[in-house]
Amino acid sequence: MRAIALGVLLTVTITAGCQREQRRFSEVSPATARPDTVRMSQLQPGGARAAATGPYDANGWGAAEGQRLYTWFNCVGCHAQGGGGIGPPLMDDKWIYGSEPANVYASIVQGRPNGMPSFAGKINDAQVWQLVAYVRSMSGQLRKDVRPNRSDHMNVKEPEASKTPERPTSANVPPSAERAQ
Amino acid sequence: MNATSRLAIAYGVLAGCSRAQSALHPAGPQAGRIAALWWLMFWVSAAVFGAVVVGLAIAAVRGRRRGQADVTGAPVANGGDEPGKVAVVTVCTAVTVVVIFVLLVVSVMTDRGLAMLATHDPLTVEVTGHQWWWEVDYDDSTPSQRVTTANEIHIPVGQPVLFKLTSRDVIHSFWIPNLHGKTDLIPGYVTRTWIQADVPGTFRGQCAEFCGVQHAHMALVVVAEPPEKFQAWLAQQRQPAAAPAEPLAQRGHDVFVTGPCVLCHAIRGTIAMSRAGPDLTHLATRGTLAAGTISNTPGHLAGWILDPQSAKPGALMPATSLGSEDLQALLAYLGMLR
Repeated sequence: MRAIALGVLLTVTITAGCQREQRRFSEVSPATARPDTVRMSQLQPGGARAAATGPYDANGWGAAEGQRLYTWFNCVGCHAQGGGGIGPPLMDDKWIYGSEPANVYASIVQGRPNGMPSFAGKINDAQVWQLVAYVRSMSGQLRKDVRPNRSDHMNVKEPEASKTPERPTSANVPPSAERAQ
Repeated sequence: MNATSRLAIAYGVLAGCSRAQSALHPAGPQAGRIAALWWLMFWVSAAVFGAVVVGLAIAAVRGRRRGQADVTGAPVANGGDEPGKVAVVTVCTAVTVVVIFVLLVVSVMTDRGLAMLATHDPLTVEVTGHQWWWEVDYDDSTPSQRVTTANEIHIPVGQPVLFKLTSRDVIHSFWIPNLHGKTDLIPGYVTRTWIQADVPGTFRGQCAEFCGVQHAHMALVVVAEPPEKFQAWLAQQRQPAAAPAEPLAQRGHDVFVTGPCVLCHAIRGTIAMSRAGPDLTHLATRGTLAAGTISNTPGHLAGWILDPQSAKPGALMPATSLGSEDLQALLAYLGMLR
């Protein structure tokens, strides 16, 4: 009996580990997770639908790829390493346009007022979802074992894996919009 | 053994004889020193191996004779009655010490020789390792005269070339067996190596430090050519990309700068300036794509753009979906980047 229990536990552990590390090199993004699933309101008639998940929410490789692309595609230019600069910070609890994966996807693809460019047609879907996973890991929205635990840069920021998860709150006004235009 | 497996073995043996990537076919002074040391060690080791086998055979035969003489079962004194035993052991030990010492001295001298390549008037080439390709920059005091290319290094024959090596991500190793030994590329640190080719030729190099899933497909080509031919090549590489004249190539240019290509690649002379991926300014002059993985033909290029992961699984270039007309236009544009 104990041997069976041990075997089951081992299998579960190994399988979970496989999924976390799975590398999907030639992936076509799921067609269901399109920006039209984005909801700008928490209110809804009838029963609440589960929030849409991103394809890399449980995949450590995807989040790490997102971390690489975050530098490659110059997200650091405005958001720095998460602390913000010209653009709003990404490692805090404030989410102007929503914290769900679909919200972040829409922000990247559509762009946002006051400076966020639209990357539609420039970054393919799988890479946008990898960026979504990484951006959400910055404030601890992903599982701890999925978040990147090492940075390729020489910096003093704690790795995403060590971050205490923030509870997303909604901030209605983009900081950049507070200033006179 | 069937014909197929015999062929496979023959191919494996013959592949080792290819001269394009072989430390035993030196094309420069340093590879010459390394090859000479290799052959010395090979022949010394072969002689030692032969002597050991002969000694073992003599011992076996003599021990067998003695065993036959001793059928009474009386215990034999442990070789104490062997004449000259001490002398034989002493001589063998002395010979071993001398041989190893000679090899030590010769390898130290070879190492010194490798580090003492004449350093006057060098050409400086900066090589940056990436997963999984090589960025190549020809240094110049005038910034606009710098040349950036990828995976293909041209060098003049008879002139020492200083390579400054570094890495963008993990540790790689720069190895062109026909010209020199290996030198590692370390992230955040510049290592140096000197190379000189004495004969013109095309030599294949290879990353020699495991660096990820596509380590095996991280090759580069070194083209050693006469100085005047090299200068002509360099002057041509300094030119920005020509503006497209035909409408098809013009459309390809628009596909490039408005599509996803522009996020990672640079083409000097256009607004594409990213350095995340290889510089494509003179792509059509290069012989291979994806760091020596496939040859640079329009068909391969189309396959590489649409589905890089089937040619090089794990490569950091993502698949790009393009309509057939856009693809043909893009191929026309990339094909004119000479």
